[in-house]
Formats: sequence, structure tokens, C-alpha cells
Amino acid sequence: MSPEEMKNNKIQEFTVDALSKYPGKVAKKRSKSILTNNPEAALEIQANVRTIPGIITQRGCTYAGCKGVVLGPTRDVLNLTHGPIGCGYYSWLTRRNQTRPETDESANFITYSFSTDMQDENIVFGGEKKLKQAIIEAYEIFKPHSIAVFSTCPVGLIGDDVHQVCAEAEKELGINIFGFSCEGYRGVSQSAGHHIANNKIFTDVVGINDEPKPGKYTVNLLGEYNIGGDAFEIEELFEEMGITLTSTFSGNSSIYDMERAHTADLNMVMCHRSINYIAEMMEKKYGTPWIKVNFIGAESTAKSLMKIADYFDDEEIIAKTKAIIEREMPKVKAVVDEVKKTTRGKRAMLFVGGSRAHHYQDLFNEMEMEIVAAGYEFAHRDDYEGRKVLPDIKVDADSRNIEELTVTADPERYDASKQEKKVKKEAEGYLFENYEGMMPEMKKGTVVIDDISHWESEKLIEHFKPAVFCAGIKEKYAIQKMGVPLKQLHSYDYGGPYAAFDGAINFYKDIERIVGTKIWSMIKAPWENEPELVGEVYTEMQ
Amino acid sequence: MYSGKANKQYSIQITIGGLIMRKVAIYGKGGIGKSTTTQNTVAGLAELGKKVMVVGCDPKADSTRLLLGGLAQKTVLDTLREEGEDVELDDVLKAGFGGTACVESGGPEPGVGCAGRGIITSINLLEQLGAYDEDKELDYAFYDVLGDVVCGGFAMPIRDGKAEEIYIVVSGEMMAMYAANNICKGIVKFAQAGSVRLGGLICNSRNVDNEAQMIEELAKKLGTQMIHFVPRDNMVQRAEINRKTVIDYDSSHNQADEYRALAKKIHENKMFVIPNPLTIEELEELLVDFGIMN
Repeated sequence: MSPEEMKNNKIQEFTVDALSKYPGKVAKKRSKSILTNNPEAALEIQANVRTIPGIITQRGCTYAGCKGVVLGPTRDVLNLTHGPIGCGYYSWLTRRNQTRPETDESANFITYSFSTDMQDENIVFGGEKKLKQAIIEAYEIFKPHSIAVFSTCPVGLIGDDVHQVCAEAEKELGINIFGFSCEGYRGVSQSAGHHIANNKIFTDVVGINDEPKPGKYTVNLLGEYNIGGDAFEIEELFEEMGITLTSTFSGNSSIYDMERAHTADLNMVMCHRSINYIAEMMEKKYGTPWIKVNFIGAESTAKSLMKIADYFDDEEIIAKTKAIIEREMPKVKAVVDEVKKTTRGKRAMLFVGGSRAHHYQDLFNEMEMEIVAAGYEFAHRDDYEGRKVLPDIKVDADSRNIEELTVTADPERYDASKQEKKVKKEAEGYLFENYEGMMPEMKKGTVVIDDISHWESEKLIEHFKPAVFCAGIKEKYAIQKMGVPLKQLHSYDYGGPYAAFDGAINFYKDIERIVGTKIWSMIKAPWENEPELVGEVYTEMQ
Repeated sequence: MYSGKANKQYSIQITIGGLIMRKVAIYGKGGIGKSTTTQNTVAGLAELGKKVMVVGCDPKADSTRLLLGGLAQKTVLDTLREEGEDVELDDVLKAGFGGTACVESGGPEPGVGCAGRGIITSINLLEQLGAYDEDKELDYAFYDVLGDVVCGGFAMPIRDGKAEEIYIVVSGEMMAMYAANNICKGIVKFAQAGSVRLGGLICNSRNVDNEAQMIEELAKKLGTQMIHFVPRDNMVQRAEINRKTVIDYDSSHNQADEYRALAKKIHENKMFVIPNPLTIEELEELLVDFGIMN
């Protein structure tokens, strides 16, 4: 048997084992989301479909995607959760987004959790009055530039008109106030919340201020959320290159910068899943072209920086960028060479996010670790198979439930020169909107699973025994109880930054520690030392 | 020697013997006359010397108007909202005609909030305040519920054994019968898990052709009975304008006797069933047989 056949047999064994415990219909549905990767074949994976009830899923809710992911990291928009206190409380700082206000006096609401704290009475009689009151109270205390209101499940059920309340309050207070219909139950995962957030930011924030940020070359960074300080690493590099970052959506961001994001020359998309909507809408309305970048992994960072520098055809910037790369790469290499002694050949699994499971593979590859399995929590087929499949993705009822905006060119703000530049660059072979997805970049004979269940995770670990499993807090302790360390790639546990060059070094060191420690072989679960309880089953007699 | 099991049975019997209160819920299509029928029937039961509590489960809070002689009632939810946690039973319970105890659950104005959740909150509060306690010596608790069972909140009175017998007010009109059939589906759902049963259909006549026979037949098909046929009479309207039940307003009128008869039949009712809801085709067939064919 060839090594390849052996590999495939092993995956086959795992798949049969994982699926055999499911009822027939469930097994049939899940089988479409589990596949053996083959980058040469155009494999189709089932993604962005409803999780089967009863399955322990990794997924979060629409509110989490809207408030927690997209809007949460912006420091000076006052994010107000309209709902019972739990939703606001448990989404409070949990993603470890960091931010640096411009001055000590600049607004920063990230450390706060604002909620209308709905009570039974507000459910019965409606919560609109309380919401209005909360907005006014928040305004009086904090005098924010903008207030965003997020709807939780009960708000949708009782039909509070959040948008009407926001419009009224906006008129009264004279500040920008906008609401999101991001009730948790909408859509099949938090992905719906990303879309809802994108739509509202696009209609109510972007384009308010036509004053460009001073700078020769201006860019926006989309889908970077400054977890553990990632954005600070990236921003430093842009500055050194001589590129002006107009706005980030939304790590270390300011609502003032978002308002003028349409004035930037180029959009760079990091997390394709959560933010491609704004990138596409901005191109249609303002003519801003977008490119895909990735600052996770030293090689990817270098490649992305060069791609940005190349866009502007400026020798000085290209020279500066090359100098950065030449300076940083040897430092990275020195560390990675050392780390490899521990990490080489060790196995990793990544089940997280809508792009993290892809991006972080670069770091593991640099450490010469073997990625045996990966998958996303809430991504769509294009994030797996590449944007080429976009026209073939079936739009189901769940996706239709989320508003798709019809966008046309802005008669005044559409900048045709940006598109002329795009055409010119394209002729030179420069790639725009080119996300190839995760699967083409994964090795043949690796396992790809969408919306992995807890049961499937357990089976994967049993069959492939990884040295590290990457996921989030919900999975962390369940996986670690199996004696496998789990690295959180949503919040980075207590670590980070992991982006760009210095971030890569941090990540190598953290993973070296995690996979190098002997602690996992030293601790034994109680049932490994002593037999489990022994009992007999009696048939109950009537 | 007594086994534990036998003892348990014995104690259950004692409990059943002690709890004589019957818990009745009245359902039916919106506008069919649930509140009017309930209050007039309750007046009949009061005349029989029964102690009755009426719990209005309608945000409009008009389920006790005829018994109280007007909308003098402060609702449970309003009281809860204004007084906070410090609510006494006397704040929400008012004495009406013939010593009836009247409560209005209340709820939001149309188009806002969640009336269903309001009913849940309200009934829970009444329980906590002891409105159903044995020392109240109630013979009956009547729940008058808004319209169709549109959501979980409106099913509250038939959940967890809160109401054990249901009467559906119906007429010979298609939509009323359709609603009655739909309510039966709700009863089936809760009957399988609990003690709720259908006690019968009350036909509140709309002077539809062959109305009594048609409702008799519908009842038969559902596996229940038409417990009473209440003829249409303007006296009901006149009494209502005067904020009174017919028994209270014109005790000697024929219509008063109709409600007395209904009260007596309910009091003596022994037929409690889990209904067999009809398919829409069966229901339409019934209308064709009794309505158009003749």
C-alpha cells in the first residue's frame, strides 16, 4: 500500500467511525461537510447550512457576529445592546480586541458594556421606551459621536422597532444613531451578523465625511480585528512603508475614520468571510478596488506588503518595503529555525472562524508542522473553494433572510480613476478580488470539515492524535480533557500579537511551548489510574 | 400491612377530595362572544351559590366588565408595573356580581410588546399571591382567553394543569368552526402531557342555517358535545350597554334562563375528552352537508 493510500484509508476509517453513530439522515447531511482534500480536483464542500439540532456546534449567533466581531473593536462608537443583560455582559471584551485612542481625552468605550437590561415588563409592554431612555442616558453621560444599537432575540420576537427609535433619537440628539436587526436566531451562524453589520456600516457610516486622511497613498484594512494587538504590528509596517491607513474595519479603529473610508485608494481584505460585503459595495459605489491580503505568517506578510507596495508603482515605497522585509525575515528565520527542532513533523488541527483556520496554516507550515485537518465554523463555500465558485453557490432561504443591498455608483463620490488604475494594473497581471480559498492551499490527503461537531472533534483526535488543536473557548476545556492542548485562535488565550513579523515570532514561541511541554503526558485522567465504576444493569420489573 | 404504594394512593385521594375547585378556560375565535358568554354563565353559577373567580386573559381587559359594572379594574400587569414587586392580592382582585372574584391580566397596547408573555407573568403572579389557595374556597376559576391560541403565552391557561376543562365558544360560521378546530389541536398537544380536557362546544348562535345541527355534528366528529345552544337575543346587547350580565339586568328574561341552563350543564358536566381535530377537508364537507345542501 502506498503512503497515499494509507493516508486515505485512515481518513476513510475516521469518516466511517464519525458518521456511523449518527442517524441516517444526519450522517447523510454531515457527510457532505466532511471531505478528503485534493487541491487538484474541484471538490465541493457543504457550508453555511443549518446545524442539525442536537449536535454540539462551535457556532455563535448573529448578534455575536454583528456586535462582537464587526462593531465591537471600534472604540468611539457607543455599542448599546438592546436586550436582557446576558447578551451584553457575555460579549463584553471577550475577544480581547485592543485599541489605542489618539489622545488621553479621545473617546474609548471598549471597556464598557452598555445594555438596556430588559426585564419581563419590557418584554410584555415593549422595550422601545426603555431603549430611547437608554440612548438619551448614554448620550448625556458619554457624549459619543455615534451610537449603535444591537437587537437581541426577544427584541425581534416582540417586534420593537429599533430603527424607528434610533431615527427619533438621532433627530433629537443630533448625532449618528443606527440600529442593527441582528437578532441571534437569524441566519445559520454568526456569519449572518457580519453581513447585517456590513450593510449598516455601509449605509449609515461610510461616506459621511469626504475629507480624505492626509497622505500620498491611502488604504483601508478590512477584516482585521486587533485581537491581542495584531493591528498595532500591521499599522507600524504601513507607516514605515509610507502608506496611510485611512480606516480599519475594525481593529483599533475610530468611527471618524470609517466615515471617510470611501476616500481611500485601495481596500485590503484580511478576513474575507466577515467583510467582503463592504469591499464589494464600496467598489460599486465609490470605485475603490480591493485586494486580498494576509498578515498571518511571515511569508504571507512579506508577500502582502509587496503586493500593496506594487499597487502604487512608487519606487520609494517599494524600496522601503523591501528593506523592511530584508530586515525582518532573518530575525524571523532565526527563531523559526530554533523552534522547528521541537515542532517539526508535529500535527496540528485548526477549526476556527471564517478565515483564521486558513491564515494560521501559514504559521504552522513555517514551523514545518503537519496540518492534518482544518475547517471553518461559519464560512461559506467561497472561503473553502475560492471566489470562483461564487456564481454556483445556491442562495437558500436562510441567506435570503439577510438583506442584500442593491448598490449603484454614487453620482458625486464615484472615483473612476480608481477603476482606470485597476484596469491598468490588471493588464500587468496584478490580481484583484482573488481569494482562492483554503482547500487549494491545503495538502492532498488532509481532512476538511465544515461546522465540525464536538463528536467529530473527539473522533478526529482519537484517529489522528494531534499535538495541538486550534479552536475557541467553547472547545478549549473539552479538548484539553482529552489530553490535547488547545490554542485559542479567537482570543489568543492570553497571548498575541500574532500578526506580521514580530507576531509570527510570538506565535512560534507559544506553539513551541505548547507542543514541547511534557505536562500532557504526565497528567492522567482518573479513569486511567483506577478502573471506572463497575455496575450492572437490571431490567426494571413492573 | 400497608405498602408504600398503597399509602401514596390514599394520600392522593385525600388531596383530590380537598381540591374541589374546577378550572375552566373559555376559548374561541375573536369576536365570537367569549367574554359575554363567560360572564353571563359565571353569573348563573354565582346564582347557584358557587364561588367563582374570573381571570381575564386579554390585553383589552374587558373580561370582567359585566360582572364589575364597568371597567373599574386595575390589571395585574399595570399594578406590577406601578407597584414593583410589592403587590398584594387585594390590589388586583375585585369583587363582582354575586360575590365573584374578578381579575384582569391586562397587557400592552396593540402592536407593541408581547401579550402572551404578559399572561404568563400574570398567572404566575396570581399563583404566588395565593389567588387559588384553598382558603379562598373557590368552586371555579374561569379563564377568558383572547382569540385563537396564537402563541405559547395564550396557551398558558391550558398548560401545567392550570385549566383542566376547556369550553370552546363557536357559531355556525366557517371561520368560527375553523378556529374551534384549531384550538382542539392545541388541546390535544397539552392533553397528552397533562390533565386538560375538552368539556364541550358552546354554540353562540349567529342565526346561521341549521346551526344547532351543524355544531352538534362538529362536536360529534370532534368526539365531544354541544353543551348548550345559546340563541341570539338582543337582550344580551342591551344588558351589555348597561354594563351588566343578563341575569343581573333582567333576571326574568328568557335569555337569562338560557345562561342559567348553560351554567347548570357545565356544573353537571361529566364528559371530558381529548378531541380528534378534523382535517380541513372534513370541516369543509361538514359545511357543505349542512349549509349549502339544504
